[in-house]
Formats: sequence, structure tokens, C-alpha cells
Amino acid sequence: MNLKPETLRRIDEVIPHYPVKRSAVLPLLHLIQEDVGYIPPEATEWVAQKLELQPINVYEVVTFYPMFRQKPIGRRHIRVCRTLSCALMGGYKACETFEKEFDTHRGEVSPDGEVTIEFVECLASCGTAPVVMIDDALHEKVDPAKAKELSAQIKQQAGQRR
Amino acid sequence: MAAPEQRRIIFKHIDEPGYTNDLACYQRNGGYAMLKKAVTMAPQAIIDEVKKSGLRGRGGAGFPCGVKWGLVDRRSGKPIYLVVNADESEPGTFKDRYIIHQDPHQLIEGIMITCFGNNVKLAYIYIRGEFPEGARILERAIAEARGANFCGPNILGTNYGCEIYIHRGAGAYICGEETGLIESLEGKRPYPRIKPPYFPAVLGLYQCPTIVNNVETLCHVKHILEMGGDNFAKIGTPNNTGTRILCVSGHVRKPGYYEYEVGKITMGQLLYEVCGGPLPGRKFKAVIPGGSSAKVLKFGETFTLKNKDGTTRTLTVEDIPMDFDTMAACGTMGGSGGVIVMDDSVNMVEALGNINAFYAHESCGQCTPCREGSLWMKKITHRMVHDGARSEDGVLLKSVADQIAGRTICAFGEACSWPTQSFVTKFSDEFKAYPEAKKAKPDGSLELI
Repeated sequence: MNLKPETLRRIDEVIPHYPVKRSAVLPLLHLIQEDVGYIPPEATEWVAQKLELQPINVYEVVTFYPMFRQKPIGRRHIRVCRTLSCALMGGYKACETFEKEFDTHRGEVSPDGEVTIEFVECLASCGTAPVVMIDDALHEKVDPAKAKELSAQIKQQAGQRR
Repeated sequence: MAAPEQRRIIFKHIDEPGYTNDLACYQRNGGYAMLKKAVTMAPQAIIDEVKKSGLRGRGGAGFPCGVKWGLVDRRSGKPIYLVVNADESEPGTFKDRYIIHQDPHQLIEGIMITCFGNNVKLAYIYIRGEFPEGARILERAIAEARGANFCGPNILGTNYGCEIYIHRGAGAYICGEETGLIESLEGKRPYPRIKPPYFPAVLGLYQCPTIVNNVETLCHVKHILEMGGDNFAKIGTPNNTGTRILCVSGHVRKPGYYEYEVGKITMGQLLYEVCGGPLPGRKFKAVIPGGSSAKVLKFGETFTLKNKDGTTRTLTVEDIPMDFDTMAACGTMGGSGGVIVMDDSVNMVEALGNINAFYAHESCGQCTPCREGSLWMKKITHRMVHDGARSEDGVLLKSVADQIAGRTICAFGEACSWPTQSFVTKFSDEFKAYPEAKKAKPDGSLELI
């Protein structure tokens, strides 16, 4: 495991928050995923060793929680809410717009590696439906026009990086 | 009858221009005065005030908060933990988001008063994984509070100390169930525990007595101390005291969050007057009153309820007060206060399909009836919409739902069956007619599943 010094520092900081080390499984996985972008197989072993657990204890957590991923994703992560309140206000259309804009399908990485689109369950902002999270930022009332606008921003930022 | 005015206690400062989420702003508005008062009181006196207030939990079940605290095993000699349920995952509910983002110190003050009252030395805020910004805001707020001696060791010059830590979830709805949440906090899969024996008040986190309270509930504790339990109990209606946040989403002109005295506003007033009524050219068809697992109400249906004096009264959907008890008497629940409105553009088979997909995704898989049943309900509604429906599918769906409810470890079994049971029963014609309705459907209509 090749983690950034800052990640290692935060890992050592969080473990003593719990009287039982095992409780730190979720925070450690979050920190590793933020650093590496996903949970690689060696991370499971590494966390297990760090917290004095069996690898299976960590692996069963990685595979249960929807937010942990075992494969890399695109540079940007678009999460469109699928659940009822958003669907009633056009969440499916928002998702399809993003798919068209990036020539990809939900659950997949776009051909240029730029985005991963996910159709996720309730993001708890039902009053401003449909909502979309792009990386950590929430975007509200995302109709197809706004989805196109957000897509254009992502493409522009990608262009600047190149 | 005109709708009453909002009574903003918890949401007093939400969306207030110039109000920021830092400690200085909170203190300018009287923040932490109640914690200062609390540490001069006997802990039992705090619990007594909450008992007197009649406060019921705002997470969904509506269990009396003072009773919950009263059940805590204080003689075991083990530490007592507080776990703040900020997993806000019930579809249609979005109140905690605003408290956490805009007024985090109100929550922290409520937590600290609760901890002092219950002799808790360690509290965890279990915040859903999809609130990364909220988690950062809370981390900062806790650091500020710690710096000002409102939490941490020896608060406010006393010999009492308490730490609060943030624990982020990772996208699983079942972590909102209190024993699932505890398992998750212990670093495991969030499989709910069986009760008895695992009542959190006795055998909770690390097998120690544990209080699990919702964010909104804990915020109320501060205000109960401020106005006194008796005065709090005068707000709202008997046995449904205080204010609560109603989150309205779906097909209304003005969706959003509104704070009212419990039971003082009716569904009709809320939807027509406060939320501006249906969208142009549409009519209300159905409403889910307390988060997506609550049983649906159909506009046009009536409920005959018994009064205390033995007489009866008949209520329409519009007449139902937004409370706990009348909602329950009408066969549904006030739940988490998440009101989801559907108008006449919605086909109920498709709406149920959407809900079923949610519950199938979120079943933890521990109990067979729920793991298999939620998946079959999803598959059936999905097939009805995408692959050919049969007029008897409604009956089939209900038979699956009936075999889940009451046969599982946790209340998820009910949560996933109630939508199917209520949709199929109340809209049976629509389920029977769906094969034909689907054929006649115009292209480009709203997709829900």
C-alpha cells in the first residue's frame, strides 16, 4: 500500500476514536478510497493488519456498502438520484442526459476516462429534486438543460487539465 | 380553514440571511446558554424535563424520547453511549441535511445536554456517507465547540467531560435502523440485531447501554430545557407534542421544508395552502405522508375514526392532521415527516416499481423473507412496466408482501411491504388495468422505473 503521508496521519488519528479497533474499518476504507480512488485488493489486507482483524472482516464490509468500489472510476463521479421524489421530477431524464453527453452508460466509465455515472438511491434532498452529486458537491433541480450545462463545465475543466 | 403560521423552533435560523454555521454566530444568537444551564442541573432533572415534554422521536417510529432514556441500564457499571442517527435515508426526508449544514451547533448543544443528562462520556454522530460536506461542517463545529470548552474534558469548568466523534456511513439505508447502525459503527455489515435481547438501551454499542436518537429529536432537547418540559408539552396536540419538520417533495408547486406544531396543520392545508397546490392543470392523486415506507393515502378515500366519547368522525385525506396518532389511526404513519406527493400524471404501478427498486437495493439480506421478497416485488413491478403485465400481478405482489411483513428481524420487512400492500389495495383497478394502460401509453411519458 502506497498511501500519502497525510492519509497515514489521518488513519492514525481516527483509530483511537474508538474503544474497539474494529470500529475504524469504515473510516479507514473512506480514507483509502479518497486517497487511491478505490479499494484495491491489497487495501483489504492492509486494513485487516492495521486493525488486527482477518481480511474477511474487512472484505465483507467493502462488498456490502454501496459507496465502496473495488475498481477505479472516472476522474469525475456523477451520482444521479434515482429514488421516487427525484424520479417524479425527472431524475431518469437527468441521468439519460448525462449518459448521452459523455457517451457512456450508468455504472460505467466514459470512453475518455473522464466520468463515471451512477444512478444512486435517495440523496436526501427531495425538496429540490431532481438532484445530482458531482464528486462531493450537490446540484439541485437538475433538468436536462442543467444537466447539459453541468456536463459542459466538466468537459471544460477536463480540457483545461490537458 | 386557513393554515396556521409556521412555528420555527428547530429551523429558526435555517435560510436566515447573514446566519452562518460557525460558533461565533451561534453564540450571538444565544447558543450554548442551555448547555451552561444544564451543567448546573441534576442530570435526572434534565431527563425529567424531557419526559414531561412528551417529545417523540423524529426519526420514524415516534417512540417517546424520555421513555427511551428511562430504559437505559444505569446499573450495569458499563459506559453509556449516545449514538446520533444522522443517517437520514428514508426517501422523502431531508430535514437533517439543513440542520447539519446550516446550524450544526444546535445539534451539538442538544447532544451535549443529552450526554450530560444521561452521564454519557462518548457520543458518535453516524452521518450518512452521501453527506461529505455535512461531515466536514460537523468536524469543524465539534473542533470549535471543543476549543470553547463546550465539549471535550471538563466542560465549562465542571468535572464532567464528553467527546463527540463523527462516523461516516457508506451508502446503506439499513444503517438508519438503530441496531444495524450499531453493527455498522462496530465495523461490521449492518445486519440488524434481534430484540430481545439486543435492546440498545441495555445491550447496544459494544454490548453497552446505548441511546440512539435522531438529529431533530436531539435538537428539540435544547429547546425543551429552554422553555421547560411542561411548556413544550403545550405546543402541538396531546401526545403529539412540540413542532416537527415536514419535508414536502414531488408534485406540488412549492416543495420544501416547513416547521409546524405537531397535529396543528392538516394534510389539505399543507398541500394546498402552504405548498401552493398541484402543478398547473394537474390534480392530486396520492400522497405518502411519512417517508416512502409509510402506507400511501389516496385522495378521495375516507377514514372513520372513533372519538374518545364513543362517537365517530369521518376524515378525508385532506382532513388528516400531520401528527403521529391520527396518521396511525388512518392506517399509515407520520414516520419521518417526509411527504411525497403524486398527481394524476403518475401511474401507480410505475411509482410502486420505483419504490420496490429502492427496497430491493437496500435489503441487507439477513432475513430470507425480506431478501427474497423485496427482490421479487421489484422484479414483478419491473416486468409489469417493461416486459408485459398480467391483470393478476397485483394479487401476486400483495401475496409476496404479506409473506414478508412480521417475519423479519427488523422493521425493514414492514417498510418494504407497506408500499406494495397499500398501493395494490388502494389502486387495485389501476393494477388490473395496467396491461391495457401500458399499451395506450404515449411515448415520452415520465419514467419512474
